[in-house]
Parts: sequence; C-alpha cells; structure tokens
Amino acid sequence: MSTETLTMGKALNLGLRRAMEDDAKVVLMGEDIGRLGGVFRITDGLQKDFGEARVVDTPLSEAGIIGTAVGLAMRGYRPVCEIQFDGFVFPAFNQLVTQVAKMHARTRGRLSMPVVVRIPFGGGIGAVEHHSESPEAYFAHTPGLKVVAVSNPVDAYWGIQQAIAAPDPVIFLEPKRRYWEKAEVDLDATPEPLFGSRVVRRGDDVTVLAYGPMVKTALQAAEAAAEEGRSLEVVDLRTLSPLDLDPVVASVRRTGRCVVVHEAQVTLGMGAEIAARVTEACFHSLEAPVLRVGGWDVPYPPARMEEEYLPDLDRVLDAVDRAMAF
Amino acid sequence: MPTLPREVAGPVPGAGAPHPPRQPDLVQLLTPEGRRVEHPGYAIDVSPDELRGLYRDLVLVRRWDTEATALQRQGELGLWASLLGQEAAQVGAGHALAAGDMAFPTYREHGVAWVRGVDPLHVMSLFRGVDNGGWDPVATGFHLYTIVIPAQTLHATGYAMGVQRDGAESAVLAFFGDGASSQGEVNEAMIWAASFAAPVVFFCQNNQYAISAPTERQSRVPLYQRAAGFGFPGVRVDGNDVLAVLAVTRAALAAAREGQGPTLVEAFTYRMGAHTTSDDPTRYRLADELEEWALRDPIVRLRLHLAEEGLADEAFLAGVDAEADDLAARIRSGTISMEPPPAVSMFDAVYAEQTAPLAAQRAEFEAYRSTFEGAGQE
Repeated sequence: MSTETLTMGKALNLGLRRAMEDDAKVVLMGEDIGRLGGVFRITDGLQKDFGEARVVDTPLSEAGIIGTAVGLAMRGYRPVCEIQFDGFVFPAFNQLVTQVAKMHARTRGRLSMPVVVRIPFGGGIGAVEHHSESPEAYFAHTPGLKVVAVSNPVDAYWGIQQAIAAPDPVIFLEPKRRYWEKAEVDLDATPEPLFGSRVVRRGDDVTVLAYGPMVKTALQAAEAAAEEGRSLEVVDLRTLSPLDLDPVVASVRRTGRCVVVHEAQVTLGMGAEIAARVTEACFHSLEAPVLRVGGWDVPYPPARMEEEYLPDLDRVLDAVDRAMAF
Repeated sequence: MPTLPREVAGPVPGAGAPHPPRQPDLVQLLTPEGRRVEHPGYAIDVSPDELRGLYRDLVLVRRWDTEATALQRQGELGLWASLLGQEAAQVGAGHALAAGDMAFPTYREHGVAWVRGVDPLHVMSLFRGVDNGGWDPVATGFHLYTIVIPAQTLHATGYAMGVQRDGAESAVLAFFGDGASSQGEVNEAMIWAASFAAPVVFFCQNNQYAISAPTERQSRVPLYQRAAGFGFPGVRVDGNDVLAVLAVTRAALAAAREGQGPTLVEAFTYRMGAHTTSDDPTRYRLADELEEWALRDPIVRLRLHLAEEGLADEAFLAGVDAEADDLAARIRSGTISMEPPPAVSMFDAVYAEQTAPLAAQRAEFEAYRSTFEGAGQE
C-alpha cells in the first residue's frame, strides 16, 4: 500500500498526472498552466513531462479555452480546462451553458462532451475582487453539466481522475483556501464514487450539510458543539449536480434538524434547493425548518471584510442553536 | 471649461466617419454575365461535368429553400432561415471540402449541408421543431447548426487543434457572417487559430446585413482585411460566383492542410430574402439595392456560362428543374408527415450517464402523463 501525505494542491497534481498517463487523449488547457505550472502550481511539472501539445499554455481567453475544448472533445480528446479564478469563468459562461451543456442532448447522444473545467473557487485568501466567488449554483442550474466540489486531498486526488474519465462535462470546483491542507492519501485505494455524498461525522442532534471549503468549517463547528454536549452529524455533499440526498434524507429523518452551509450567497443558492428537497422528503420528521448559512446577498466584499461575510464556526453554531430552539 | 451643447443635434455617433470602399479587390472567375475570367492567384480547372454538377446543386438548394419558405408560410415549419442569394457561396464552399474535412455551420448553411450529403429532411426537422437537427455530425463531416452566434468558430478551431494532434491531413471550415464578426468569440477563434497555426479556414458570408444592421455597423474596414491584424491572409471573393468561391476556399483549405495555418475568406454576397421568415426587410433596405444584386444572381450567371460554352442543352436544364421539383415534393411530404418523438425522450440524452434525480423526474413525468384518460391506449 502506497500512502503519502499530500496537500490538496499536490493531490490534484498527482491525480492529473495519473489521468494523463492513463489516457493519451487527456489534454490540459489553461492560462499559465505550462511553464509556470499554474498560478496555484496545480499543474506544476506536467508540461515538462507531457509536452506542450498536452499541457497547453493558452491565449488569455476563457471563452477560447472552453470553446476550443468543445472542438477537441468532438475530435476524441478529453480536455481538462483550468479557469484561473472563479470570477473569470463568466467570459466562458456562454460556451459552457449554450454549448458544452447541451451538446449531448441536442445531438441525441451522438456527441459526448467529456470536458472537465477546473475552477479554484471560494474566498478566505484575502484576494482582490473577482478572486473569491462561488458560482456553483449557476452551473448546477444548467441541465447537462455535472458539478462537484471537493473538500479534501483524498477526494481531490481521486475526484479529478474520475471527472476526467466521466463521459459528461464536469465543473470541478477546488476550494482554493484548502489547497495547502494536508491529508494521508492512499494512492492504491478503491475510490468512492464521484457523484455521491458522504457522512463524514456521526451525530444525533442536527444534520449539517456542507461542501468544498465549508466541510472543514462544519467539522470544526461539530467539534465545538460536542464540547457543549451537542452532537452534530456532518455530511460532505461532494456532488452538487446530480445531488445525492439519500444519505442526507436518512440522516435528517433521524436528527429532525438540518442546516446547510455554503460560502455562496444564500438566495437561490444550493441551500435553497436542498432545503426544498429535504423538506419534501423529511416533512414529518422535521422538528425545525431547514436553515441556511451562507454568504450575505451582497457582492463579495473587499478582503478585509470577508471574515464578516463568510460563514464560520460561530455562524454555523448560531444556526444550530436556532434549529434546536425552534 | 467648454460648455456642452444644450441639444445633441447630430446623428448616431460615428456616423460621419468615412465608409469603407464599396468594392475593393474581389476575386472573380465568372462575371455576372457568365463570362469566364482569369485571376492570377486562383486558377481553377473544372470539367464540364463538374460545372453541370455545380449548376444542379445551386438549383436544387434554391428549390429546397423556396419550398421551405412556403412550408413555413403554411404553418408546417416554425421558422425558416433562407439562403436565397447565397447559394454560390455555400455550394462553392461545400465543394471545396474534402471527405475527411469538417465543417461548422451557422443556421443558414443549407447549401453546404446539401453538398455534404445531409438529408434535407434532417434540416427541416430542426425548423419544424421536431429535433435540433437530425443528422450525424461525424458521419457527414458537418456539425449541427449553431444558433448562438458565433460559438462554432471556436469549436472549429478546437477541432482543428485536434486534427493537428492526430497528425491528420484534414482541414476545418468555420462558417459565420458579417454580424458575427463583431463578436468576441470570432476574434478569439482567430487569435487561437493564428497562435497555434491550426488548420482552419474562416469563411465569412458577408450578406450585407445582420438582420437589419448593415455591415458598416460591424466594421469600418472591409472584413477580409481584418485577417492582417491576426497575422494570416484574408481574401475577398465574389460570393455569387461559385467558381471563384470554390477556387479560393479550396486553396485556403489546402494551405491549412499543409500546415500554413488559417485563412479568412470573405464571400461578398447578398441576402436576397429576409433574415428569417419572422423578419421584414422592407423596413430597413431599399428595393434599388435588391434589384442591383438581382443582376448578380449566382444561378443565372452559371446558366449563361454553360449556354455560352455549349455545355448545357435544354434537356439538361429541364432535367435539373424536374429533379428540383421532385426534391421539393419529397421535402414537402416528408416534412408534413414528420412527427416528434415521444415527449419522454427529452429526458434521455441529457447526460451520457443518466443521473438518479433525472431518472426520478422522468418517472414522475410518466406517472403524471398516465393519469390522463386514455393515456395507456396511445
């Protein structure tokens, strides 16, 4: 068994490397991903080893990255696109929503779009504006796309390989503030399915749902709650489209309370959909309304105010208190 | 501090700027009167059979187009985007493609579809609202129509990058229009294609209007001249001259296959009909202009040429017309009898790997449908 301690960034790098070794049709495309290795160094060393035809330093053109990926996919390639920062995906939004997402349906299955779009997302790194966004709901709202958000190095290592092997387009969200967090990764393990959620901490009082960067926050909240005698169950949603709510429903039927946490603005965020579905499935088990903890409905604030914008341990616990008091 | 005028009396800002020359260098091999002329850069050797074949295609696609417009007027199509006037640009470009080449059309390229062997009924099904185009893009080397202007130019460029990686000797033809030239994606596609020397030819049908906006609103320089700024050749060809279009496009595709990178071909033509059947061009253009362009008709000039050279007799011309009528009849009956697939099929190809939530929604739809009286007997 080969187990290594890896940061999420390094886990992604190794996962990409392994996917490129496994399939010669995998082509990485993005701004500054070759010589520089990406602004977060996720693709470090890959151009050196796989060449410029497979690790493409592209023009500064996000619509171009996704639009040419469509053509490459039609030609039998598996493009893995890096969008440098979440806030820069919007120039490519047209290609993603009108072209990538619909191609399989509009050709009645004749063409597939095995395209992966890697997006470092979320805040918490003190960045300038447009570098801390959480655009997942736009993509989860779009039929034809699949959306995943990893929270840890193990899922990052396996998830990127599974996303690349998947026949459908996958928006692969990487919580940039967790790039440097470490974990033991068993490089030979049998991975869990990509499109499934998972209970990451058992508890009895309240079910807390999170994904991406907020999983760690939820776990910290559970730790703190435990000291006060409260038992939180934490679910890492992992996949946002399709949603896998079976473990969530089973949990909420037991706990009777549910809190959803994400960095994205609450209104019409993932939490809204999840609250509706959990309510439908667990109506008679609920002791309190499903509560949402998210970013305020404002443009992401300047960095020195982001702590007040982002959900943190205290805001999660506050919601837990409200759920318990209802 | 200068005082601002109290009223702005001028017309649209920029309207006083000089307009582009009306007719800059134009590659032409067949004059509007059907006379064959030589061009130093574009020799072409076409056999009498090929010439007659081109004529046949021009006539057939126009007949198809006329029938489709009639079918829309009769309520059998939701919409039709007419190619009237652009037959030579499309048939010429279509014939320039080799078997292994790939074309990325807009929604008006019926003439190219025809030359690529796409069944017209597979195009009609799109405009009837039965599907989004029924043909196989890979088998025909002709992608589905792209409605969002001009997303397909980037797809073409990416496809050409794939051709490069395969080491294949193929080229890609990206269609777009004068209106699309203002879009960022066309410009991005040209930058990418130039940067990677991708084997793609950008084929712009300048039909003078983007719905109502004249080309002057899109560009202050002749469109083909834009290529220089991207670092590859641009050429303006008489889009109503099927021979010139064929020669110019064939040369550009050959250069692409040989690794010389992209070319911009501007086929200078005119949209004789409306933008689509929903449009009313009398609101934005003059009859004089239409009459002027009618004198440059692509079919008339080839017929004159064939007659002048003694390459087509009355029997041939009548035979083509009869074939056109047969085609129109087949299109008519095929379109009218075309039924949509079962509604539940809309759930089936959203993903290559169906998701559990969508499968559940599909079941919900079926259960709901089954509650209607007689649903089980359909």
